[in-house]
Order: sequence, then C-alpha cells, then structure tokens
Amino acid sequence: MASTLPQSRVHADAVAPVAKLWRTLQILFFANRSATRCLSLILFFGIWQVLCITGFKFFINFQLVPSPWEVVGATVEFFTSDPGVHIRSSVSRVLLGFAVASVLGVILGLFIGWFQIIEDLMMPWLELLRPIPAVAWIPLAILIFPTAETGMIYITFIGAFFPVLISTIRAVENILHDIVLIRVGQCLGANKWFIFKDIVLPGALPGIAGGLTIGMGNAWFCLVTAEILAGRYGVGYITWESYVTSNYPPIVMGMLLIGLMGAMSSWAVGRGMQALMPWRVIKKQGA
Amino acid sequence: MRVGRETLTRVPKIESAVKGAVNVEGVSMIFGDSPQERLRHRGKTNQVLDSVNFQIKPGELACLLGPSGCGKSTLLNIIAGFVQPTSGYVMVDQQPVTKPGADRGFVFQQYSLLPWKTTFQNVELGLKIKGLPKAERQDIVGEYLNLVGLAKYRDAYPSELSGGMKQRASIIRALVNSPSVLLMDEPFAALDAQTRHMMQALLLNVWDTLKTTIVFVTHDIEEAVFLGDRIFVMGVQPGRIKAELSVPLPRPRQLDDMLTPDFTQISRQVFDLIREETLKSMEN
Ligand SMILES: Nc1ncnc2c1ncn2[C@@H]1O[C@H](COP(=O)(O)OP(=O)(O)O)[C@@H](O)[C@H]1O
Ligand SMILES: [Mg+2]
Repeated sequence: MASTLPQSRVHADAVAPVAKLWRTLQILFFANRSATRCLSLILFFGIWQVLCITGFKFFINFQLVPSPWEVVGATVEFFTSDPGVHIRSSVSRVLLGFAVASVLGVILGLFIGWFQIIEDLMMPWLELLRPIPAVAWIPLAILIFPTAETGMIYITFIGAFFPVLISTIRAVENILHDIVLIRVGQCLGANKWFIFKDIVLPGALPGIAGGLTIGMGNAWFCLVTAEILAGRYGVGYITWESYVTSNYPPIVMGMLLIGLMGAMSSWAVGRGMQALMPWRVIKKQGA
Repeated sequence: MRVGRETLTRVPKIESAVKGAVNVEGVSMIFGDSPQERLRHRGKTNQVLDSVNFQIKPGELACLLGPSGCGKSTLLNIIAGFVQPTSGYVMVDQQPVTKPGADRGFVFQQYSLLPWKTTFQNVELGLKIKGLPKAERQDIVGEYLNLVGLAKYRDAYPSELSGGMKQRASIIRALVNSPSVLLMDEPFAALDAQTRHMMQALLLNVWDTLKTTIVFVTHDIEEAVFLGDRIFVMGVQPGRIKAELSVPLPRPRQLDDMLTPDFTQISRQVFDLIREETLKSMEN
C-alpha cells in the first residue's frame, strides 16, 4: 500500500494539465448548447478534411472526394457569380411544392382521419402512389404538366405530400382513440363540429407538426430530382449538371447548400408549429 | 384549500333541487354480443351487468361502491349515454337516456383536461358550447374558479397543475353547465391520501352550495361512507346491486368525522357486505 502512494501522486501530477485542459474545453464547448453545436460542426468538417488530406481508403475511398477546402473554393466561385437566381429558383420551387403539399395533405388527412367513407374512397389509390419515388415521376411530370417549372414544383410536392398526409391521418386517429377526450366534449353537449375543431384538431397538431417538418425536409430531398427538368437555374440543377460534367467540388457545394437550406426551413417550420402549441413544454434528459 | 363561505354564496344557486332524478331500470350489459364485437371477441361474451335497478332522488349524493371490475364504470357510462345497455334503460328526469348530453356532467378517473387549453378555457367549454357571450362566461367561470380555489391558476395549462387541481378543474368544468346530475367515476382514486381527503371535503362543500344530484363511483369504503347519503353496494360476476344502505351521519360532515365511532361502525357494516364480493372478484 505504502509504495503505491507516491506513485499515484506522480501520476496525478502528470494528469493535472490534461485534466485542466479538459476542464477548459468543457467550459468552452459544453457550458452552453450553441457552443456544443459549433463543436459538432467543427469536428464534422475537421474529420472530413483529415480524411481527404490523408487520402483515406478502407472500404470507402476519400481519395477523389473534394475536401472542405476545395468546396470552399467552389462556393466562393458560386457566390461571386450570380448566386441569387439559382437560390431564388430553388427556394421558390421547394416552397411552392411544400405549400401545396401542406394544405392538401393536412386537409385531406383530416378528412380521411375523421370520415370512414373518405378513408375507404381515397386510401387505396393513395397507398398505391405513396411508394413511388420522386425520380420515377419525371417522365410523367414532363407529359402532364404544361411547363418544366410546374413539373418541378410537382416533384417537390410529391416529396412533401405523403409525410404530411400520413402524419395527419395518424394524428387524428390517435386522438379519436383517446376516447376520454372525445367523451369530455360529448358530455358537455358538444356537437361533432365542436369536437372536431376544439378537441380533434388541437390534439392532432403535434402529429401534424411532425409531418410538416418531415415534409419540408423531403421537399428539399427531391430538389435535385426536380431540377433534372431545369434548363438553366437552380441549386439542384448545378449539382446535377456538375455531375454530368464530372466537376466534383460544385456537387458537394450544391449538396451542402441544399442541406443547409433544408435544415433552416425545417427549423423554421418546427419553430412556427411550436408557436402554435404554447401548451407543450418539452424537457429533455440533461437539458 | 379552505373554501370561504362568502365566496360560496356568490355562486348562482341552482334554483330547483327537483332536477336529477335518476332511474335505472333492469340494465344489463353483455360485452362481445353486438355484431361488430362478435368478431373481435371471437364469440366469447362477457356479462358485466345483470338487471341493475335503482333510483336516485333529486339532490341526493349517492355512492356506487364495489370492487374493481364489478362494472361500476360501465354502469356510469350507460347513465352518461356513452354506451348503450344490452337491455333495460336509464331515465334522467323522466327522459330516456340515448346519448351523452349536457344535462349529465361527468368527471373521469383519468385526468381529462384538454392539454391545449388553460384552466379557464377548459372550464368555460360547456358555456361556450351553449353559446353564452364571452363576458358572461368570464363571470360564471370566475365564480366557479373561486369556489374551488383555482382563481390563481386560471391561465395555467394542465401540465402546470397538480393532480388535485386538475380534478378540481374537471369538477367545475362539469358543474358550470348546471347539469341535472353529476356523474363521478372514481375521480380521486389517482390522488395521494392527503389530497384525496381534502378533495372529499371540498366536494361536500361544493355539493352543499349547489345541491346538484351526484352519482359517485368508488371502490373506497370510507370515501363512500363519508360522502354518501346512500350507498349502493355492487356485487361481481355479473355486476348487480347487492345491497343498499342509508348513511345516517349528520351533515355538514367534516373530515374528522371519519374518526368517530359512528363512522367506524357504518364502515364496518359496509366492509362486511363487500368482503365476500371482493374475495369473489379476486378468484377470477
Ligand atoms: N368496452 C369493453 N369491451 C369489453 N369488455 C369490457 C369493456 N369495458 C369494460 N369491460 C369489462 O367489463 C368489466 C367491468 O369493467 P368496469 O365497468 O370498468 O369495472 P369497474 O369500473 O368496476 O372497475 C371488466 O371485466 C371489463 O373487462
Ligand atoms: Mg372503473
């Protein structure tokens, strides 16, 4: 016992600076949530850069992957030419597709969730269409729609529509399953319409919000597919075009730009829905 | 949580104590017997109630007491009109019950405030459905909130209320409608013993003020004796009224009445009645 004591003290002395560094790091990065999030991004791009510099090759191959630095170059080039027209085209396609999908998806979902007959009339063919990937719609979109623009909006619509629809239906069904809340309305003398608007609709809102957030992401998810139809403009178009011409850094830039705009708009949708549900207080583990 | 007399007198009294005559005639309930259910239950039927008869007088506080699973909730749901009996019928003030209605208020065992409405918005629901103008709703709901000591919490969401507060809000949500009869399905069963006793005293206070007829379902003997004018003891398999007894304890009753020899003696009597049924329900 006696002999281990000095040894462990030496060990502790050697560890002290490391521990101190660790403490500093903790205070810097884990004390508040935005610092934690910054750290997560720095690590992401840092590891990516290291994999590119070292030419990592073990099952997956980073030797030809553009490094973050090269992507920065492509991004600077993109933003010094005329980025507005590309971003504007893409954002408007996605937002229009998403808007139509949300309105249609929520309304249809509420009807299908509430009325048995509408479910029986609509669900068979909706379920048939649902698994069809957006890319498979391209030929038909060209045939059906009068302009390439409307065809592209349709493709982003397809991406957003089904998550919104299915989430809304399930949300209504869940609240109908919660028979006590329906009975609360009934024994206060509420008619069907009142139960729908004061109980079913607000009760379904968290589920609908989830559907809208996923739908927003999916609309961006389908952007590259949609802009295969584009002649000149769009972030997805640049990504696709750069692939066709084997120019890799802009592809990754396009991917990241879509990721960024998608994340921001999903965040905005989430925030907006949260504002509609002030009664929801969410406390997570370790928050 | 003491409720002052002066706040109580401000609540508009229900003018007549003649409302709320409940007449249960030969009510039987067999689950799994309807065409839709037959499939799900694979032909296995379950007789939960067997020709239940009883009458409740207007203004009375009647307790339905029985071990869990004896069909108390089913019976109360039938009176509320949530479910239809297989045979027999229920009349409330000479009107046959066919569907739920505002003349029969209900307090559920589960917390049932709408999570997206504040206390005030939850309580005003019935008045809003009736189409009362906003100013009037504010007045009436305000008085009821005072009556149960929730005025401070009028703008709180249910997630910010304790269990006892939620049930107090549920009680006045049913009462603002001035129902003929208030149906309560083990409303205090989920509360801790302390809160439960306070709620029982508070309910008696409210009942003293409003004189609403109450059908109170419980499995707790002391609760039934403390609250009830009459106790209907239910038997199991199938559920039926096994005995009926009046509680001769004077009113108004206080919580410490539970310590008196009279109280203990009546509880003992009910306990003997119910013990056999409890044993029977545990065997199955
Ligand atoms: N919707 C239902 N379908 C089938 N069986 C039911 C249904 N509701 C209640 N039961 C059965 O009826 C019996 C009595 O239930 P309940 O009325 O809830 O009893 P209590 O409220 O006295 O505990 C139970 O055995 C239960 O399984
Ligand atoms: Mg029950």
